[in-house]
Amino acid sequence: MKFRQAYWDEPLLKELSKPGRIGFIPPADAKVSKRIRDPESLIPKRMRRTSLELPELSELQVLRHFNRLSQMNFSVELGMYPLGSCTMKYNPKVSEMISSSDGIRNAHPLQPPETVQGLLAIFYELSEFLNEITGMHRFSLSTAAGAQGELAGVLMMRKYLMDHGLGQKDEILVPDSAHGTNPASAAMAGFKVTKVPSDESGEVRAKTVMDLASEKTAGMMFTVPNTLGLFESEVVEVCRAVHDVGGLMYYDGANMNALLGKARPGDMGFDIVHLNLHKTFATPHGGGGPGAGPVGVTRDLASYLPVPVVSRGKRGFFLDSSLRHTIGPLKGFVGNSAILLRAYAYIRLLGAEGLSDVSSLAVLAANYLWRSLDQEAYPVTHGKGLWRKHETVVSAKSPLPGSAMKVAKALLDRGMHSPTVYFPLIVSEALMIEPTESEPLEVLDEYAEAMNSIAASLGERDVAEAPRNTSVGRIDEVKASHPMTLKVRW
Amino acid sequence: MPHRHPLLPNLDAALVSEMLGRIGAGSVDDLFSDIPESIRLRRRLRIPEAQSEYTVRREIQSRLASNSTPPKSLCFLGGGVWPHYVPAAVESIVGREEFYTSYTPYQAEVSQGMLQSLFEYQSLMCDLLGMEVCNSSLYDWASAAGEAARMAARVTGRKRLLVAGNAGPQQLAVLNTYVEPMGLQVEKVPFDRSTGRLDAAQLRRSLSSDVAALYFENPNYFGVIEEEAEDMLGSVHSAGGLGIAGVDPISLSLLRDPGSYGADIAVGEGQPLGIPMNYGGPHLGVFAVRDAKLARSMPGRLIGMTTTVSDPSQKAFAMVLQTREQHIRREAATSNICTNQSLLALAAASYLALLGKSGFRQLGDTIVSNSHYAARRLSKIKGVECPRFSGAYFKEFAAEYPRGTADTIQRRMSRRGVLAGHPLSKEFGLGTRVGLFCVTEVHSSIDIERLAEALEGALRP
Repeated sequence: MKFRQAYWDEPLLKELSKPGRIGFIPPADAKVSKRIRDPESLIPKRMRRTSLELPELSELQVLRHFNRLSQMNFSVELGMYPLGSCTMKYNPKVSEMISSSDGIRNAHPLQPPETVQGLLAIFYELSEFLNEITGMHRFSLSTAAGAQGELAGVLMMRKYLMDHGLGQKDEILVPDSAHGTNPASAAMAGFKVTKVPSDESGEVRAKTVMDLASEKTAGMMFTVPNTLGLFESEVVEVCRAVHDVGGLMYYDGANMNALLGKARPGDMGFDIVHLNLHKTFATPHGGGGPGAGPVGVTRDLASYLPVPVVSRGKRGFFLDSSLRHTIGPLKGFVGNSAILLRAYAYIRLLGAEGLSDVSSLAVLAANYLWRSLDQEAYPVTHGKGLWRKHETVVSAKSPLPGSAMKVAKALLDRGMHSPTVYFPLIVSEALMIEPTESEPLEVLDEYAEAMNSIAASLGERDVAEAPRNTSVGRIDEVKASHPMTLKVRW
Repeated sequence: MPHRHPLLPNLDAALVSEMLGRIGAGSVDDLFSDIPESIRLRRRLRIPEAQSEYTVRREIQSRLASNSTPPKSLCFLGGGVWPHYVPAAVESIVGREEFYTSYTPYQAEVSQGMLQSLFEYQSLMCDLLGMEVCNSSLYDWASAAGEAARMAARVTGRKRLLVAGNAGPQQLAVLNTYVEPMGLQVEKVPFDRSTGRLDAAQLRRSLSSDVAALYFENPNYFGVIEEEAEDMLGSVHSAGGLGIAGVDPISLSLLRDPGSYGADIAVGEGQPLGIPMNYGGPHLGVFAVRDAKLARSMPGRLIGMTTTVSDPSQKAFAMVLQTREQHIRREAATSNICTNQSLLALAAASYLALLGKSGFRQLGDTIVSNSHYAARRLSKIKGVECPRFSGAYFKEFAAEYPRGTADTIQRRMSRRGVLAGHPLSKEFGLGTRVGLFCVTEVHSSIDIERLAEALEGALRP
């Protein structure tokens, strides 16, 4: 056994609670307390809270509780985490140090701009970097995650088209290989979604787009490289086909880790771009978030960006909400500033050449891992003769049902996180593997060996009963779906 | 590629050629040969060259140090982001690599730590809010308000949305962006210019059978407590609409929970619960519903408690009701949200656990005492009418300067190292002479004295 995850039969906070304990005492000023004797009386009687049950624990008890839980959580700093489409690369420690500086931690978003020039200058530079990396004209850093960047993108399409008398355009084209957020964002913005089938090579053909595009087409959301890890070789023609019917092109930047310094969405013909800073620019994923999903546009669309944007005026940098056609704000205040700062630090650590190396090595790692797999056990279903970009999707081919899930759970037993499973939907028993540039060659070898040995023993007990080395064994998902289990009662 | 880099373990000519050899490629460039030449970038990016960790750290930290922020200055700004203390133990917990370098717990068996933490968060927030189901986070208060409005329109099938005229401008602006594509008619309910509270009579007149919901905040943007919340929501319910309450969770140490006065959906900003101000984010969007039947219409991830299949079965946690979500339901999903603010939900859970029943109550007492102490002190200054509204308040209050504009006074105070008195925006129709103050547990009586001196100085420069 190479791995055994910690297990604590850790009770819930409420079960640990005992009256009379406290883990933190809020400050109280003696002078104030002397002056104000009965604080409760300051709250109108009909609005006073009469009871609140919260756990009662000492500081150490709370720390032990969460530290034990942390030991039951797999993470990038423990082992390889090649969750496809999530770009689980290493997040430099120095970014954490920087983002805990008083100059950002204690900065209030409504303080006058002249008091936060240091931070605003960094954000201004960051947007310039992102312009250069994507070939766009202007960025808004305000959107909180990729999906919110997408929503901003399709809302800009909608407003731009309406302002140009093209309100009848109410359809968005979305490839069948796209992330679920694409159709969900388009629907939130009030669009109908038209699915664009990819061909057997896994790519979207310009011809297909030409056939589907019409005077109703508002635009298309396109992920390049796509979720199969393949570069969309007809991207230029696809952009042209959508532009020909007066539509706009949206670049889903989820997979930008493949293209830094190699190709830019602006040069391909895209009008709108979002980037997931937590993926490509190495900010920690936080167990599900936070992220940051800035959105960039061409000159033509610059006045439609979500506000605020960082502008430079006579008196320095400021948060600018005065864009003429803005779709409005999508998030309160500035954006996920502490994430933006980490992404800026990452770009400075790598520089122009380093960023290009990131993509070279991420792509090399994806292909290396793919070619190290047993090609019969894990065939690719699309684009057989093509190099992969940042990730590879293989099918866990087996007569046994649910083989992708079996492989995933058996990998967990070996101290490795599984790939993304059952996505994209166009591949059966899909395993989507994105190793990133962070993994040393030896670790890629270990991962491939693990997958190969699992494939060879799919029918055996060891695999069938996996996971057994994880904190808990396989989970009853049916029982978990009952809405009555969503909180604990006192 | 001759150089080395700490973030790039395979950046070495020998390693690269070994890897290329395995896959049968001639060069790294070959791997990009499927990108049409017309769109290949054949020049270096115009971005500065790499710097060492030391240089990057030193440069950025010195730029950040030029900002005027606590402890260099005092911050009495609120309006949706508030200065509160983050206990050291919260920082320690949130700083555990096992938590912050993981992602969405798709593989539940290796992610029990984050799952149980998020479940604890949901449970604690349900208690605080008086709600039945709380999701594991949205981006922030404003986007949570937007999602709540969309959900109310979906659930009721109605097209009119009433919003409180004294709600936070950030929340209202974002809410408008979120609902705009649904073609909802958003109407502001006026507030009483003397008490600062929502005008309940006007609200009743605005209600009709096509109202999907009322969105209001408690305390409202002026810091004033909406004492008539229960009556107002009673009228909204009689018209068949839903009540959406936006709350500052820390106020619930002393104020009734929104569930108890009839809110159907509670949203709010979780930032006060152990999360730094961070110049606007990342923060924590709170979203909860009172009736568990509404859970299936909710946006965001939900964590449930279950057991393992194995015998003997163990307690375990997993993401539940995923069929609402974009990765399964695509265009028919309840929201597009994927990446959320999980780490901040962990901060809030550990914060509430640390303070606990008595600490949280004590905190509320300190805050309400400090804010009243400060308002009384400022009211003694000539040229300051404070508090501007007669309604009871919790930690924020407005002040009016009959002979000065709030914007100028705020800037003058900031030059004296006191960040305070954010001017009320035009849309409130209260002119340019009203500023907003926030006083919390981080402010001592000495700090409050410095605030008063700065304001006096700003009024008579």
